Amino acid sequence: MNKTYLIFKHEFTHRIRSAAFIIMTLIMPVLALLGIGGFKLVTTLIEPPAEEVKTIGYVDEIGTFDDHTDQGLTKLVPFASREDATQALIKKDVTEYFIIPSDYTSSGIIQRYTIAKELVTPPVTTAVIKSFITVNLLKDEVPQETVTLIVSPLNMEVTRLTETGEIAREQSNIGNIIIPGIFSLLLALALMFGASSLINGLGEEKENRLIEVLFSSVSVRQLLISKVLALGTAGLIQVAVWLISAPLLLGLSSTLFGGFMSAIQIPGNFVVLGIIYFILGYLLFSVIAIGVGAISSNATEGNQLAMLSIFWCFIPLWFSGLFINFPNSPIWVVLTIFPITAPIQTMLRLGVSEISVWQLAASIGVLLLSVIAGLFLSSKIFRVYMLMYGKRPGIREIIRSFKNTA
Amino acid sequence: MTAVEVNHLFKSYAGKTAVKDLTFSVDTGEILGLIGPNGAGKSSTIRIILDFMKPDSGDVNVFGQRMNEAGKNQIGYLPEEKGLYKNLTVIDCILYLASLKGMENAPAEKKADILLRQTGMLESKRMKIKHMSKGMGQIIQFIVTILHNPKLIILDEPFSGLDPVNTEIMKNLLGDLRGEGNAVILSTHEMNQVEELCDRVLMIHHGGEVLYGDLKEIKSRFKKHSVQVAVEGEIGDLPGVIDKKVKKGSIELVLAPDTTPQMILDRLRERKIAINRFEVTTPSLNEIFLDMAGRKS
Repeated sequence: MNKTYLIFKHEFTHRIRSAAFIIMTLIMPVLALLGIGGFKLVTTLIEPPAEEVKTIGYVDEIGTFDDHTDQGLTKLVPFASREDATQALIKKDVTEYFIIPSDYTSSGIIQRYTIAKELVTPPVTTAVIKSFITVNLLKDEVPQETVTLIVSPLNMEVTRLTETGEIAREQSNIGNIIIPGIFSLLLALALMFGASSLINGLGEEKENRLIEVLFSSVSVRQLLISKVLALGTAGLIQVAVWLISAPLLLGLSSTLFGGFMSAIQIPGNFVVLGIIYFILGYLLFSVIAIGVGAISSNATEGNQLAMLSIFWCFIPLWFSGLFINFPNSPIWVVLTIFPITAPIQTMLRLGVSEISVWQLAASIGVLLLSVIAGLFLSSKIFRVYMLMYGKRPGIREIIRSFKNTA
Repeated sequence: MTAVEVNHLFKSYAGKTAVKDLTFSVDTGEILGLIGPNGAGKSSTIRIILDFMKPDSGDVNVFGQRMNEAGKNQIGYLPEEKGLYKNLTVIDCILYLASLKGMENAPAEKKADILLRQTGMLESKRMKIKHMSKGMGQIIQFIVTILHNPKLIILDEPFSGLDPVNTEIMKNLLGDLRGEGNAVILSTHEMNQVEELCDRVLMIHHGGEVLYGDLKEIKSRFKKHSVQVAVEGEIGDLPGVIDKKVKKGSIELVLAPDTTPQMILDRLRERKIAINRFEVTTPSLNEIFLDMAGRKS
């Protein structure tokens, strides 16, 4: 039997049987969706019950603020003086009160009093008071319909058009970022665990000289190719499981949690690009792992070096908040094309904005070239340093060895 | 038939010489002891033979050819450390490494069972490597090395970590392998093991040859002109003995140039002295090595 296949089979079986792989593949996607559902559930729980009516007191020193005191779940009750309002607050007749000073129209300052300990005024309270003040300031100045429009929340219908002006099949929705976001996080974690496990394996093989037994049976090329392919195939199975289970999990979570979850969509070209970036990402980080594993003197040192080389792929996730607010900044284009960050950044961008064809082509092209160049350099490093024990070589030494073996 | 032929091998790392003009050969049916202290260049020489790395100059032929993929299946290599997969069971590890030498699972398992039984380790067949002692691991490593019937066996410090019982088992197996016509390179710094097992030796120091040749011939060449005797009672003054060195349990009698050991034996008999031991003094390999290394330095 072909030796490359034998090593591939051994490495692949070993990898997919590992606890880290099983957890990442089967449990993490479910946990991620449960996490989102749980977040929404907690958000709903901490909101006040719909039937609870809140009473807020106020003292009007101007004397014209008496309209719009019934705002559905919030009632505004006037008090003649600050002392009366304070007594009502102490007796818990009101949850809080505010004063509209006589100089309000010139100072613009409202004074609010509450017993509750809070960092900032709750947005609901701010909205109620602002609405009350606005209605009463405008009531004799503009028609009632205008006042209603001003205090009502902005109701905006957004329609996304295609380049040709037709209504796009995929409409913008905050739910669009959910699947790419989860996928990116899983991809980053999978790359980290995959590369780390490869480095660990190499560390073990180097530490106990197993690598010498392997070298006495197979060539360096056979060993490298089979290890990289095994890691890549395990990654492909991982992504296949995720992509197949995503619609099922989405359907299930929509039924369970409803509302927001049912707004989650999978972007159109996400599946194809997801597979491409997953494979290329896996290959790139595999060849990096091989180089790092070869120069490490043991598995522990290898893991430390692995973390240093892998953590760059998390950069797009760190800046995802900025990215959602400013999706068209040139920095995201740079991160889309830079090979280390490309897989994660592209996945995130697919959920938020359009990526032009040239950017995708450049990104995939650079990633592919990086894999090839990485494989070339890593195999050289592997050949030279895998049989060197003890001291880890410095950058200069590695460069010198490249020149010597060129 | 020559199994390995090494010609004028040179290798250096970052300007530091590891192997200096080594030339030697190993025949089928013989054990060559590759001996020298740590850092002498033994491992570098082995790695070049195994094609792990290229020499700066010189060449190596294994069974008349440069090392290639097919050639690797004819070689069994036992590294200095225990090179096994810790998380695999003994049999899984043996079968996987045997498959990389071109063996099918069924015959490999059959042969593994024979060797495991022979070494008293059949009961540990399903045990994980990580739960084994260093000595047990070493025996498994040895089984992995010879399972595929290699024609050339290269052993790097094979007795390290072995207890006397396992050492004996391995020595017997090595003897059998030689008897079956295999070529063995035994790299070690334990000279006593070499004296016991090897047909020929190559002593290296600082990467270069110190001594190379047939073990018996070497020992004979370095034979001292003295005898070791252990007797009942006192020897007294013997004609032809110029010096006496008392050792633990014996006396070394240094002979005059015109005196032979036979003459001393005859004289002891004439005096009716009960002789418990009488042998011509030959230096140990260790002594020969120290002597030769000192001269070369």
